[in-house]
Amino acid sequence: MGIRDFLSEKIQKVNVIGKKEIDENLWMKCTSCGEVNYHREVAKSLNTCPKCGKHFIISAMEKINIIVDKGSFQEIDSNLRSLDPLKFRDSKKYPDRVKAAIKKTKMNDAFLSGIGRINGRPVHIGAYEFSFLGGSMGSVVGEKIVRLIESAIDNNQHVITLSCSGGARMQESILSLMQMAKTSAALVKLRKAGLAHISMLTDPTTGGVTASYAMLGDVNIAEPGSLICFAGPRVIEQTIRQTLPEGFQRAEFLLEHGMVDMVLPRSEWKGTLSNLLDFFG
Amino acid sequence: MSMTTLDFEAPILEIESRIDEIKNVSGLGAGEIDAELKSLEDKLTKLKANIYKKLTPPQKVLVARHPNRPYTLDYINSIFTDFVELHGDRLYRDDPAIICGTAKLNGDPVLVMGHQKGRNTKENIHRNFGMANPEGYRKAQRMFKMAETFNRPIVTFVDTPGAYPGIGAEERGQAEAIAKSLMVMAELTVPMVTIITGEGGSGGALGIAMGNRVAMLEHSIYAVISPEGCASILWKDPAYAGKAAEALKLTAQDLKEQKIIDEIISEPAGGAHRDYDLISSRVKDFILRALSDLKKMDREKIFEDRYQKFRAMGVFAE
Ligand SMILES: [Zn+2]
Repeated sequence: MGIRDFLSEKIQKVNVIGKKEIDENLWMKCTSCGEVNYHREVAKSLNTCPKCGKHFIISAMEKINIIVDKGSFQEIDSNLRSLDPLKFRDSKKYPDRVKAAIKKTKMNDAFLSGIGRINGRPVHIGAYEFSFLGGSMGSVVGEKIVRLIESAIDNNQHVITLSCSGGARMQESILSLMQMAKTSAALVKLRKAGLAHISMLTDPTTGGVTASYAMLGDVNIAEPGSLICFAGPRVIEQTIRQTLPEGFQRAEFLLEHGMVDMVLPRSEWKGTLSNLLDFFG
Repeated sequence: MSMTTLDFEAPILEIESRIDEIKNVSGLGAGEIDAELKSLEDKLTKLKANIYKKLTPPQKVLVARHPNRPYTLDYINSIFTDFVELHGDRLYRDDPAIICGTAKLNGDPVLVMGHQKGRNTKENIHRNFGMANPEGYRKAQRMFKMAETFNRPIVTFVDTPGAYPGIGAEERGQAEAIAKSLMVMAELTVPMVTIITGEGGSGGALGIAMGNRVAMLEHSIYAVISPEGCASILWKDPAYAGKAAEALKLTAQDLKEQKIIDEIISEPAGGAHRDYDLISSRVKDFILRALSDLKKMDREKIFEDRYQKFRAMGVFAE
């Protein structure tokens, strides 16, 4: 095996970011620009490509850690677990899919929530774990978002959500649809309490998640290059039988069309959130 | 309007055409015709009841989408008086896929709204098959707020395959439009009553469906995704739509069992499309009962009643 083959094999192995087994000294090839970077360089730039700025998908905990003061995060509602009220089965049973996701992510469902501090100021914050069933919103995710908002009201703190989701969880059918109503309604109470919701839309945020609380931030902030939409590109292409224009439904497209307040790289998240929180008081 | 027949309705059609034939035959004694007719009509009633009692979820999907099913305008015309249609979102355009306006219910002013499908190709192009663009939801928000200002109850009729998935819809913020509608409905302190009359297609349906009281017609459906869409994603093949329809538990009976809806409005024998007057009177009865119940609450209570209804939805362990 030549050195080139050896390297390309290694590169392929580390193409997916976030795996613990990745050696700090290895290389990775950017899925966007194709450039090869040291993994430690990528990690240092908050899991973005040092060459093109591509933001790779990272875990819920990693996102929260970019924002909150070191060691300040305390998880709440970690015990909530999905049930299978519809006895849903496609090629696999829904409970088996959940079990596999719990094993893979060491989380009970697709949303991590709690209380943390940003430059000393306490906030309520929650983030999706995309590797848990595509970050889909079912009963547990909806309930955890509402509880996060309710706890924020009780503690007089603002709420930051970091969305990253394939949309509603089909295996819970109507129950997952109703999470859209439930989470949006909770924001009415947050607003009545004079508290803010800052919605961070990260790659990808789609379907019923976008079409509910995630688009209802007092401020909406998008991650560079992220897909943010209601209907996914494939569904639209099938409906209109046309290829979609370059950059359609990406963060920058949403900024141009007035749907988000800004497109903000991870390196600027904490500073900007801190400034916004000063305004919200 | 021409009558479309679904496969499982064929035996019904057969007897109906025999009844028509006999009615047209002359030469028999009046008594004989009457007896024959009566027996056939009895048979027809039993057959309709039997076929419709045993509909499978995929068959219910077909009935919910039946091209002869009564649509929102049919209900508005038979249940309300003095309907004044109001148009436009004041931002971009009018969306004919959602209609709304002021009307009177037994003399009392109400706001009525619903998805509107077309009866033929031309109408369906105009109505976009009942699939709203963002402007539909923004028009709805405008109307909800107007009802709130003037303290009038709201009645919504839901019948849509879903919100429209198109380039323009995405550019103009379909997600934001639906999301904002949810928030505006959640804020209302006036009574709101919702009836799922045909297809309750996902967020596009929910966008006008946050009633304090929600009912479904006996053969209507309501789900997070269409059976075809679900089959494409989970089975990687839309041909599995029948299986998906079973799995999604999308019938009125399923939703009642899950406590997502308050009531099932029973349909005339053979489906709502066979007797517009009868189904309309049953829908009207539901609306009147629901509103008279809600009128006993003060405005803050009406808000809280709706909040707690949706707050309670979800099944999980802890
Ligand atoms: Zn790159």
